[in-house]
Amino acid sequence: MPIVVVVAVPLLAAAVSGLAGWRPWVGWVGVAAAGGVTAGGVWIAVRVLDGGPVSGLEGLLRADALSAFWLVVIGVVAVLATWFGVGYIAAELADGHTTASGARVYSSLVQLFLAAMVLAVIANNLGVMWVAVEATTIATAFLVGHRRTKASLEASWKYVVVGSVGVGLAFLGTVLVYFASSHAAGGGHATLNWTGLVAAAPRLDRHVMRLAAGLLVLGFGTKVGLAPMHTWLPDAHSQAPAPVSALMSGVLLSVAFYALLRYKVIVDAALGRGFMKGLLVAVGLLSLGVAASLLIAQRDYKRLLAYSSIEHMGLLAVGAAAGSPLAIAAVLLHVAGHGLGKTVLFLGSGEILRTEGTTQIAGVRGLLARRPVIGATFGLGLLALLGLPPFSLFASEVGIARAGFAGGLGWAVTVALVLALVVFAAVVVHGQQMLLGEASATGERHPTSMATAAPLVAGLVLCTALGVTVWPIDRLLHAAAAVAAGAR
Amino acid sequence: MTETAYAQLLDLGAGLVLVCAFVVVWRRGLVAIVRALAVQGFALAAVAVVLGVHQHALEPVVVAALVVAVKGVAVPRVLLRVVRSGGEARESDPLINIPTSLVGAAVLTLVAYATTRGVVAVSPSPATRAIPIGLAVVLIGFFVLASRRKAITQVVGFLLIDNGIALVAFLATAGLPLVVELGAALDLLLAVLVLQVLAARMRTKFGGLDLDQLQELRD
Repeated sequence: MPIVVVVAVPLLAAAVSGLAGWRPWVGWVGVAAAGGVTAGGVWIAVRVLDGGPVSGLEGLLRADALSAFWLVVIGVVAVLATWFGVGYIAAELADGHTTASGARVYSSLVQLFLAAMVLAVIANNLGVMWVAVEATTIATAFLVGHRRTKASLEASWKYVVVGSVGVGLAFLGTVLVYFASSHAAGGGHATLNWTGLVAAAPRLDRHVMRLAAGLLVLGFGTKVGLAPMHTWLPDAHSQAPAPVSALMSGVLLSVAFYALLRYKVIVDAALGRGFMKGLLVAVGLLSLGVAASLLIAQRDYKRLLAYSSIEHMGLLAVGAAAGSPLAIAAVLLHVAGHGLGKTVLFLGSGEILRTEGTTQIAGVRGLLARRPVIGATFGLGLLALLGLPPFSLFASEVGIARAGFAGGLGWAVTVALVLALVVFAAVVVHGQQMLLGEASATGERHPTSMATAAPLVAGLVLCTALGVTVWPIDRLLHAAAAVAAGAR
Repeated sequence: MTETAYAQLLDLGAGLVLVCAFVVVWRRGLVAIVRALAVQGFALAAVAVVLGVHQHALEPVVVAALVVAVKGVAVPRVLLRVVRSGGEARESDPLINIPTSLVGAAVLTLVAYATTRGVVAVSPSPATRAIPIGLAVVLIGFFVLASRRKAITQVVGFLLIDNGIALVAFLATAGLPLVVELGAALDLLLAVLVLQVLAARMRTKFGGLDLDQLQELRD
């Protein structure tokens, strides 16, 4: 079976949604497509671990362990988000927040978005990877503005302008890499294929690569949500419908991070490890600082989650800067853990918004007593995000810190930990107000339906399972880390 | 084509791309600005054709046709529709006045020459020597993006950045692989269409396209 299938499945589901309009069974087709991506990722992982990278479409597509790992993460998060989405869209229709045609557009755009992310991680040609990353912006633009309120319109405008301009910088970086490859020392031929670039990397011109690396970090960093190009993120993530916020925060950010990891291997081989290390530490710490300072007085719980994403992306950048295979393995585990945890939280926030009618932290009080199921899952999600055991983010944060100290980044890790502590305190204060605070007049108990709670519980269970033991993905994790650490 | 004619035609095309960027900075009428963008699209295509003829290659010529279709015709047409349906045909008061903006654009051009010296040195040729012009257009695009207040001029800034990058791509490598060029052109067209729809929705919600209206979301 050719690997192009993993892109074709969500494309097919998008066509079905577009043609059939919104029906509950169409929603389940979307869940099945996400399940197909997961299964495809697992199948590719097995093949890659046994027989090395697989390619398709005459070398345009190529999947190695790193791609397979990301496919599985994308697939699992997409299953949770689309599963929740079935009930979410039904409720939006019932409450009159969207129309039948709005639901049709929503369900097919979600699948196109999924297809674009999948294409980004299995493209061998880094130009095609860029095209796919830009396509995610286009697919999500109307999803962010789904509710058509003033605020969501403002968010989607800023998102498309800042996102496209930022990713445009990455395109300029891509052009320069292509240029460098055509003038590689000792005769080169122009290529954007990852395999070819890695082979030619030590012979690429240093001036050109330095310029390119800066543009690529700034450009893809925009989509990762790394400061100073993070400004679109809190707006877009807080305005998008809950399942879309979950997909954007849970996997889209890390798909852009995947692009950075791919280029890091090439830049490290061309310029030595120091250059990319410096850039990543700088943007990582800056992101942590921005997130910490804006979380302290945050009043909106969806924006709180968005800034927490910026914090975690900053941590990923610091971890990637450390660069050893162990550091990268911890970074990858963190990608999976953050993807699951943030998905649970954004889905939960959608349910809270539906029942409480506000995104203000001050408007939500005593959630645990009034709505025990959603309150408990939201609370556990926050604990996972804060990096407490038994959730996998505990293991990955410890791993990143240890690898950072071992890799000579002691001062950067220390600063990062201090900032993370500030974030910890801020999230605890806001979280306990929402969950435990004195309930106001509307103190009645509300049951949360099984269908709503199931994806949240599933996400928490997976995140816990990864924290207790990583053996199911242990081999994949280390094979993927070896690819991204440049050790292959 | 002789080497001198090739170098002159290349410089002429690249120079026209830069002149169009300055026209965008200079003019206030939105229709004139969009026309300048369209001319810039054609100038870009001309650069690609010159490169194709010089290298006896077909691919740059195919890409040139794509550039004319997307950047010369389709995108300007979409923008004109937004301008004409809006009623506000002028950039009323930019954050930085026009004479200062022109000086700024000139300074940015010098910055572009300074930063790309290393790139040109890799393989000095008539094509690579014009790379700084592409970067200058990118920087001017950023400048327009940051200093104007109408939503539509933000899109214009974005398109200038894109055209500048396209010029760098042509001059540095005679164009990226065809599949990437196709994908990038499609992305650009879709992004502009998305922005057009968003602009129309903004006009009905906000009653105009002033970016000062976009102040609701902040921390």
